[in-house]
Amino acid sequence: MTDQASPPSLYAPREPIFPRKVTGFFRRFKWAILVVTLGIYYITPWIRWDRGPSLPDQAVLVDLASRRFYFFWIEIWPHEFYFVAGLLIMAGLGLFLFTSALGRVWCGYTCPQTVWTDLFILVERWIEGDRNARVRLHKASWGVRKWRLRLTKWAVWLAIAVATGGAWVFYFTDAPTLARDLVSLTAHPAAYITIAILTATTFIFGGFLREQVCIYMCPWPRIQAAMMDPDTITVAYRDWRGEPRGKGNKSRRGKVKALQAEADAQAAGPGAARYSGTPYRQDDKPAAPVLSPVSETGDCIDCMACVNVCPMGIDIRNGQQMECITCALCIDACDDVMDKIGKPRGLIDYLALSDETAERAGAPVKPLWKHILRPRTILYTAIWLLIGLGLIYALFVRSDIELTVSPVRNPTYVTLSDGTIRNIYDVRLRNKSGEDRDFRLRLTSDEILRIELEGTDDLSLNIPADTTVLQRVYVTARPQDQAANSAATDLRIWVEDTTAQTRASKATTFNGKGN
Amino acid sequence: MSKGKTDDVTGTDTTGHSWDGIEELNTPLPRWWLWTLYLCIIWGILYTIAYPAWPMVSGATKGVLGWSTRANVAAEITAHEGKNADLVAQLLATDMDVLPASADLNRYAVARGGAVFRANCSQCHGSGAAGAKGYPNLLDDDWLWGGDMAEIEYTVRHGIRNEQDDDARYSQMPAFGEMLEKDEITAVVEHVVSLSNADFDAQLAETGAVVYADNCAACHGEAGLGDRSQGAPNLADAIWLYGGDREALTETVKNARFGVMPAWGPRLTEADVRAVSAYVHSLGGGE
Repeated sequence: MTDQASPPSLYAPREPIFPRKVTGFFRRFKWAILVVTLGIYYITPWIRWDRGPSLPDQAVLVDLASRRFYFFWIEIWPHEFYFVAGLLIMAGLGLFLFTSALGRVWCGYTCPQTVWTDLFILVERWIEGDRNARVRLHKASWGVRKWRLRLTKWAVWLAIAVATGGAWVFYFTDAPTLARDLVSLTAHPAAYITIAILTATTFIFGGFLREQVCIYMCPWPRIQAAMMDPDTITVAYRDWRGEPRGKGNKSRRGKVKALQAEADAQAAGPGAARYSGTPYRQDDKPAAPVLSPVSETGDCIDCMACVNVCPMGIDIRNGQQMECITCALCIDACDDVMDKIGKPRGLIDYLALSDETAERAGAPVKPLWKHILRPRTILYTAIWLLIGLGLIYALFVRSDIELTVSPVRNPTYVTLSDGTIRNIYDVRLRNKSGEDRDFRLRLTSDEILRIELEGTDDLSLNIPADTTVLQRVYVTARPQDQAANSAATDLRIWVEDTTAQTRASKATTFNGKGN
Repeated sequence: MSKGKTDDVTGTDTTGHSWDGIEELNTPLPRWWLWTLYLCIIWGILYTIAYPAWPMVSGATKGVLGWSTRANVAAEITAHEGKNADLVAQLLATDMDVLPASADLNRYAVARGGAVFRANCSQCHGSGAAGAKGYPNLLDDDWLWGGDMAEIEYTVRHGIRNEQDDDARYSQMPAFGEMLEKDEITAVVEHVVSLSNADFDAQLAETGAVVYADNCAACHGEAGLGDRSQGAPNLADAIWLYGGDREALTETVKNARFGVMPAWGPRLTEADVRAVSAYVHSLGGGE
């Protein structure tokens, strides 16, 4: 053990983060995504879709009780779960694709944790003020004003959280009915419990845990780091341009500005910006940092704007970090500062790490499309498309009628009085259409076989709308026929919808005495 | 709380632990994780108080909430029985002969009967109802005592050749080993073989036909088609309960057979008797 008087703590309290307000392209883009994604989430359960009188009219509905999933014109039965599995695989591959091409864009823009945290921070800023006001409030003692602001903030957060949990349950049952039941306190306890749990998690994750969720609870940051490579475009700091950073004094800044103007004048065309936001939009970048001969300090004036706006509380200038969700707000913040001090934008920018190295060495950078179109991303896209097209194909060749045939193997065959050999099959007939249908059964085989149904002399059955019926089916071979005496005979059982003229079939075998 | 030393390479603080020149870096865990751990411990303790948990000498502690899987299952069964009460009432009120005509009720009866069958009948008749030597196959169209709904129900209710039920189906074939000569038995067996098999000794069978007419035809009929009223099997079909080769038939003629089935009327509920009858009727041989 240590001989120190008091050993260092192995636990650290959470450092509170007070992200500053920021404006710019990426901030506007993120607001747009927030509105669209939250809009989809809250509005979807209320969209109606007419499917006829016997089926629900909710466009998107996960009907667990009747085991159906409705998505607009698509109805998925439990045995078609491969559609959901396929979509999940596509989502996974999509994440691989976007992460290898553009880094953690999922985390930065569309992850629910990011979106709701953004919304909660917005509310926080409306009620408690911007960063400095919030820092002051944080340090202030608990007086009337602090209690008032905190309680107001928490109340608004709670309202958002309840709406979040409330919207979730509407996906699982008819939304208008459930809304009425919820208000009149007659809904199923499961609905209230689900809302309570989701309210609690939204309130705590969005309001208090925030970046802790990303850093300590979410497994993706670790996995995504493994999907990125030097060609991946991500949020980074142009170290060669910014360092050595320094506040500088006014005269130094003035001198730098003058030299900058001079350098600008020497540039290719009048008015042509040396840096136009990102290196990808520019053709002839200067080989070396323009200011290096004349300036002891780099472009970074150490104003901490990038740190102050960061919702993760990190300093992007320290390089790539697991905590960075690439929300790009530091780009907006830094561009703003660069504009003010008359420096070109893009000190913090979307760029590939390989480009950063190239720029530092004065070598030309790869164009954007070369970063996006790489064997890796092309492969991901190809597999993604393949699965997607497969699913679409499967969706369109789906028939309204289906059957499954399971031969009864206990016993393999039955001998009847006259020596006839009988096989038994459990046939499940599925009518996925919205109306009652008459199904006719028949069989085809190279050998002589007969088909009969248990409980009826007919070969037709009425199957009600949207149901499955289990029918015991007998296939027989006369004693003198080949099928009765051989081991196994192939046959195919057909079901035909006599109204819609559609049919389906399944192959199976007939066991004879030779078995 | 003092800071420990800082590691030169990583810039991370060390815990101060040093072993053989290796120092342990200190990357502090967020304190809320620690509180989460404590919370889980408290939750765990409360959970073991609320629910059955600690093993004691004569069973686990019951838990203050009184939760019990056994009671839950019993409650669920009661709830389902409550839901099925209407169907059971209908099943009891419906004439068995017309049961297959009412599709929904028949589906319920067959499903319920399947469960009754697997629990009570499969030991002899097999889980697939295909029977075994001495235990009739219920999937075929051959019935000793009749295969319509009423006959099946009677057989289930009263059983066969048992002592418990005075109404049990009863018949007994004599053991002809002491009544006939050995060559007479050989001859009658050949005659029985000839009824369903093309491959036989015609001369011997002709001799056997006389023996058959004198001793067997009273029950099994002159043509060997059997008699359901006394449970005499059909000897002219392809189905043999105890085997149809000469050796098995000789054994049957000499010593006779005496298959027994319990009466299920006193053991099962009325609804179960009806349900299992409907199930057997639905297996493919029902008449």
